[in-house]
Amino acid sequence: MKEILSLDHVSYTYESEDGESRKAIDDVSFTVWDGEWIAIVGHNGSGKSTLAKMMIGLLFPEEGSVNVFLEKLDAENIWDIRSRIGIVFQNPDNQFVGSTVQDDVAFALENNGVPFEQMVPRVHESLAQVNMAGFLDHEPHHLSGGQKQRVAIAGALAMQPKLLILDEATSMLDPQGRDEVIKVVDDLKRTTGLTVISITHDLEEVLLADKVIVMNDGKLMLTGKPEEIFAHGEELEAIGLDLPFASRLSRYLRQAGVEIQGEHTTEEELVNELWTSHFNK
Amino acid sequence: MDISLQQVGYSYAKGTPFEKRALFEVNASIESGSYTAVIGHTGSGKSTLLLHLNGLLKPTEGVVRIGNVSITADTKAKELKEIRRNVGIVFQFPEHQLFEETVEKDIMFGPMNFGVPAEEARQRAHELIKLLGLPEDVAQKSPFDLSGGQMRRVAIAGVLAFKPSILILDEPTAGLDPRGRKEIMELFNKLHKEEGLTTILVTHSMEDAAMYADQVLVMHEGRSVIVGTPEEVFADAERLKSFRLGLPRSVAFQRDFEKLIGRPLGRLALTEGQLASSIAAALKEEGER
Repeated sequence: MKEILSLDHVSYTYESEDGESRKAIDDVSFTVWDGEWIAIVGHNGSGKSTLAKMMIGLLFPEEGSVNVFLEKLDAENIWDIRSRIGIVFQNPDNQFVGSTVQDDVAFALENNGVPFEQMVPRVHESLAQVNMAGFLDHEPHHLSGGQKQRVAIAGALAMQPKLLILDEATSMLDPQGRDEVIKVVDDLKRTTGLTVISITHDLEEVLLADKVIVMNDGKLMLTGKPEEIFAHGEELEAIGLDLPFASRLSRYLRQAGVEIQGEHTTEEELVNELWTSHFNK
Repeated sequence: MDISLQQVGYSYAKGTPFEKRALFEVNASIESGSYTAVIGHTGSGKSTLLLHLNGLLKPTEGVVRIGNVSITADTKAKELKEIRRNVGIVFQFPEHQLFEETVEKDIMFGPMNFGVPAEEARQRAHELIKLLGLPEDVAQKSPFDLSGGQMRRVAIAGVLAFKPSILILDEPTAGLDPRGRKEIMELFNKLHKEEGLTTILVTHSMEDAAMYADQVLVMHEGRSVIVGTPEEVFADAERLKSFRLGLPRSVAFQRDFEKLIGRPLGRLALTEGQLASSIAAALKEEGER
């Protein structure tokens, strides 16, 4: 397996104006492999966003190194590396530059001197990948939040990145917009094998990931598959994270005296468990 | 203060070529002291409706009545002042409206604008800082040095500071982490009960509507299509689906479970706790058969 990104004993401290310093990242190490979907979760202030800033070189670690595409990120290679990373931020209204959807998606291509003949098919292809092909000449501000975020993803895809970073890209959307964006990312991952790092609060997104990284107070607290992570229910709640509905309901059921075998993170699994252990004897 | 909407219609840019109708014949009555959730798909008219509830928009048709003040298309702006004093709105992402040099000054701004003396306003600011669970020393900090969740609380304190009797919340927890969401919703619930507020919550969360509201108002394409208790509104999944809305997760799970056992569970489970006890009871009955 090819390494896409790794953090090696990374630490970072913020200095505020009044001289107080706060360790935002404390000795964090992990590796992201080609084609993986990683979800990074943690409460506000846990260090998630600082990690995102370090992955794209908006901040450099004080200690340790951030390696992207097997190169140690530094002030020299940052521009080259950034051109191979797509990133989508939280607020759908803050990341539009074009006056139409297609102009917006073409922006990075124009900036990077991609010839017009290549630009047109790439813009069309990227928009098709996010199910927005019919919106070429629409004005961005008339789109819904979910549509805007999908256009932002198309803008990132047009640059044919090797890594897509979503920094709370669904947290400002309504439920439908969130589902649209998650579905698009899921499809992309399955059809293109794109590596995705998603910083998120959304449990549906976490359940779709291959691997979850839980941050707490700047430290990496847990890492593993979603079902392994959610087996630590109480620890996660203690640091302000939510559990999937099925996990919470399982706990209420156990409190009410219902016997449940194993841990279930989806409603479907839990209904099946209730069926097999109580009726299908 | 009771609120009622009678045949309320609203068109943006009325009388111009850009005229766009956003509300049609909206009817609802909101009793003093009740908790109403307004749900609806994006673009259903929820936000336009909300702007009518403190006179930021005047209806182009029909009447909005707040307490004993009636607002129609002809109401003068001057007559709306009394309403604004009584109705607090927490807009989406309210932290975008912070502007003062310090947290204390920001919270004091609203009451002082309504003529409360500075000392009293300052005292209220400090009470609110405590009530919202902010550290005491934020008072003299710039609101822009705080974390996102803290900024949200300061902005909410600024609305509560002029002691509105009607509190309107437009997606107050959007963008917060799960703990922040829960804390803020619990705080509003507590205020609603302790202060006897009339609370109106605009939300995309069916779970919050089911858990906190006494009354649910469903908006669809600018119309008020259902008004009822959470039990009534969430009992009809098909109808909600036609308005592009889903069920609260506990109700959805209840339906799946009912299919499994082949009979209904009785009352609608509006919370996870209720659902668990209904399921436990049903399994016990099955066991005794």
